[in-house]
Amino acid sequence: MNTLFFLIQQTMFFTIPLLIVAIGGMYSERSGVVNIALEGIMIMGGFCSILFIKMMENNLSGQVLLILAILIAMISGALFSLLHAYASINLKADQTISGTALNMLAPALAVFLARMIQPEGVQQIQFKNTFRIESVPVLGDIPIIGDMFFKNTYLTTYLGILILIVATVVLYRTRFGLRLRACGEHPQAVDSVGVSVYKIRYAGVIISGALAGLGGLIFVVTTSTNFNATVAGYGFLALAVLIFGQWKPLYIAGAALFFGFMKTISATYSSIPFLFQIPITGYFYKMVPYVATLIVLIFGSKRSQAPRAAGVPYDQGSR
Amino acid sequence: MSKQGKEKKKVDSNRKLLSLNLTDKLSGPISSVVAILTGLLIGLVILLIANPSNALSGFSWILTGALSSPQDMGNIFYYATPIILTGLSVAFAFKTSLFNIGASGQFILGAYGAVLVGVKLTSLGSVHWIAALIVSALFGAIWALIPGLLKAYRNVNEVISSIMFNYIGMYLVNYLVRETVYHQLTNRSLPVAQTANLPTLGLDRLFPGSKISAGILIAFAVGVLLYIVLNKTVFGYELKACGYNRHASRYAGINEKKCIVLSMVIAGALAGLGGGLLYLAGTGKYIYVQDVLAPEGFAGISVALLGMSHPIGVLFAGLFIGYITVGGSYMQLSGFKPEIIDIITAAIIYFAAFSLLFRSMLERLRFKKEAEHR
Repeated sequence: MNTLFFLIQQTMFFTIPLLIVAIGGMYSERSGVVNIALEGIMIMGGFCSILFIKMMENNLSGQVLLILAILIAMISGALFSLLHAYASINLKADQTISGTALNMLAPALAVFLARMIQPEGVQQIQFKNTFRIESVPVLGDIPIIGDMFFKNTYLTTYLGILILIVATVVLYRTRFGLRLRACGEHPQAVDSVGVSVYKIRYAGVIISGALAGLGGLIFVVTTSTNFNATVAGYGFLALAVLIFGQWKPLYIAGAALFFGFMKTISATYSSIPFLFQIPITGYFYKMVPYVATLIVLIFGSKRSQAPRAAGVPYDQGSR
Repeated sequence: MSKQGKEKKKVDSNRKLLSLNLTDKLSGPISSVVAILTGLLIGLVILLIANPSNALSGFSWILTGALSSPQDMGNIFYYATPIILTGLSVAFAFKTSLFNIGASGQFILGAYGAVLVGVKLTSLGSVHWIAALIVSALFGAIWALIPGLLKAYRNVNEVISSIMFNYIGMYLVNYLVRETVYHQLTNRSLPVAQTANLPTLGLDRLFPGSKISAGILIAFAVGVLLYIVLNKTVFGYELKACGYNRHASRYAGINEKKCIVLSMVIAGALAGLGGGLLYLAGTGKYIYVQDVLAPEGFAGISVALLGMSHPIGVLFAGLFIGYITVGGSYMQLSGFKPEIIDIITAAIIYFAAFSLLFRSMLERLRFKKEAEHR
């Protein structure tokens, strides 16, 4: 039973950042801007917020510090994503290239700044993790469910679930959501009724930036105590989750959960007695999430329904 | 207007059109140069913010550090060789409008293939290095074949599948190195036999002390070969046609699935060869067993973009990146971290993404001129 609780808790650690970043990517791609820069934005959000934690950790700790760091991560992610928005919306640049540039810029900037700011030019940013919640009051005492979802957890887990619910409502039940979806399918139609395609697309990219930045922070905080200018390809994995999730919030949640579970197996196989006994080398367990994603994509891509206008710059003249 | 006047005007207009045609052809290189200058400017601004008093000396290292000694000049070619190959790989796939972000995985598979042959097949003698290079290209090709097949037959986005293959390849090579060519003490691959190292062809005497080898000549030759394939053969024409419009090319009787697979396979072979050339350069380079993706694959994306996906452009772009990398290694002397080079490269790529804007500006200028002329 303890193994099961442990597995579920671990799965949440891996799932939540994937979920948040993939939902972020959904906002951007549903508005018609392909956002391959998620990885870079995660790194930037992680860098700014972890640096903030590092600087403030003598004065603040626990949930207050975490909430402030969340804000920093979202703001820095949103600001960084503006580079992508400006290039792909105003300048009609190739969105893949601009995204790739951001993915290259973020780690370089993070390493450079960390080494310039920190004494002795250290690249890693060490921080104290004071954010873990041993047990949520009241809810943590519920048998079984309490063990599964309300013990050994982070505030961000519930934030992730909130973001999922909000995304579902916004996308399907609000005027903004309708306009967002329309921009990704047929921007000319949106423009023809007097709504600015540029504004909606900016909103989509900025929201995706804020969420990706947040995902970067959550990934680092829940999996380690130092930041080394990388999020281990999580931004790219989130892209795969987005495609596997068919650009729909609930499907994305399912995909993220699937992938989070695979990642858990690969990271913790040695503490699962059943798996540890199988004579397979650890390298193959490390491949499991990536191979699983590929297999899923092989069966899911034939009927793939990407937003039709994703990746196509909007040109008013071609209406 | 007299007849003479008309004639004169006609000659005039021809001359003007000629010059306009020239600017059209040059718009690619010009926009790359503009991107480079803007990227360098960004680098200078960052240096000025980080440390104003040393910024100028640091910046001059970037610009001229690579010319400090023959050794440095030789090393430009050493650094350029693998990224020219991965750059050609990415550029070649671009021609069929495939984005080969998986060059990193193909590169490390190729490196492993070369090291494996280099360590194990020591009885090959003088053709040892050639065999190792062929195997490196083969391994890279195999690693790109699967994403190519998935794209052609299952509509799997090649960007995502090749990213997955980067990680799978990294772990696979870690495993294979440990199983076959492992040196426990240093946690890396065994040294390859002397016969597996690339010949230097006297280049090391031209640039004494540098890490240059025949690899750079192979890279140049491959670049020229790709230029010929893409521009002078039916096969190259078909690949490009598939890139412009899959449906139209199918209508024209081109097998577009075959084009996609072949384009990926060739791209993979190029990246794999890049891995072989780097790890057989005779400079004591080993494959370390660590969970880090090969950066050369991603540098290849920069090189391809900067070179406007043109094989010859890629050669120059690779040399340029090699040039500022060597210069950047001197940055420590001015108290800066060499990562500034990565920032500058990224900034250059960001501005290279605007080439469309730049081209349309040139075009607008041309229309204006033509309109005035009429």
